[in-house]
Amino acid sequence: MKLLTHNLLSSHVPGLRPGGGFPLRIEAAEVRVRPVPFNAAFVSRLVPRLRWDALREAAESLGRPSELPPEPSPGYEADEEFLRRLHHVLLEVEVLEGSLQCPDSGRRFPISRGVPNLLLSEDE
Amino acid sequence: MKKLKLKELESCLQQVDTFESPKLLLEQYPTRPHIAACMLYTIHNTFDDIENKTIADLGCGCGMLSIGSAMLGAGFCVGLDIDADALEIFNSNIEDFELTNVNMVQCDICSLSDSLSDTFDIVIMNPPFGTKHNKGIDMIFLKTALQMAKTAVYSLHKTSTRQHIEKKAAEWEVKMEVLAELRFDLPASYKFHKKKSVDIEVDFIRFSAKKVLN
Repeated sequence: MKLLTHNLLSSHVPGLRPGGGFPLRIEAAEVRVRPVPFNAAFVSRLVPRLRWDALREAAESLGRPSELPPEPSPGYEADEEFLRRLHHVLLEVEVLEGSLQCPDSGRRFPISRGVPNLLLSEDE
Repeated sequence: MKKLKLKELESCLQQVDTFESPKLLLEQYPTRPHIAACMLYTIHNTFDDIENKTIADLGCGCGMLSIGSAMLGAGFCVGLDIDADALEIFNSNIEDFELTNVNMVQCDICSLSDSLSDTFDIVIMNPPFGTKHNKGIDMIFLKTALQMAKTAVYSLHKTSTRQHIEKKAAEWEVKMEVLAELRFDLPASYKFHKKKSVDIEVDFIRFSAKKVLN
């Protein structure tokens, strides 16, 4: 599970009250870093749609603190260094094993072989 | 970005591994490489809705549509499916094709949260049709897809449901365009069916947003 996936999907997690339960806290047991071709235009377009605080929190929980500024600064579109760091955090770092925890209910969703399992059980 | 010809895309998609033991109740069958290639080619060349876009594939199964999108230059694809076995095959396909911009999530589309989110640019899907004790599931998938997508949803639906979908689209204030009429041959699901497969007429539809989904 890449951090971009985590950031895009958290609002769709079942069983959470509207606007609540986000962001899901990442507890990573196994993380993999793999290079991904850098696409500046694509990364730049993502910026306004990311939940920035959630992204920073996710990066920190994976041991990558302060690679990202508190918020994207004006002119980020032309700042290649910033875009490359963002690209790295969003796309090159993957959680292979671990879990996602809902901050409200404490309910955990497992991640195995890179795939988060958001299925609720019958009685939930 | 290398320009992939339709025939090349179709040959690549023929290498996608598909279900070993399809689960009939989930209406599992692979989207045929020819159909997937034609769909994706149209989405890419006519509408420019693949390159550099974030794409969600609802009911992704083994990932035929996601993989094809990645090959045509999608920025990032996320496949969603309820079945762990299908996702395992999808995962190994991603490794085989050495794709670095595809992820997947196991979840039940029917119970995803309702929050209007516009999180992906595009949704591309071949949803279950609702033929296996799951009537109405196609519309649930469609509604969810329209919530998730900012720009457009590309989907396949039985031609016999076209009028019903047109009504719903009007209700939801969504523009609907039937891009093509296809024939699917689906594996027959009951032992007493004489024919090995069943022909179904299917619409390939593009839905675009300015939506009121509540």
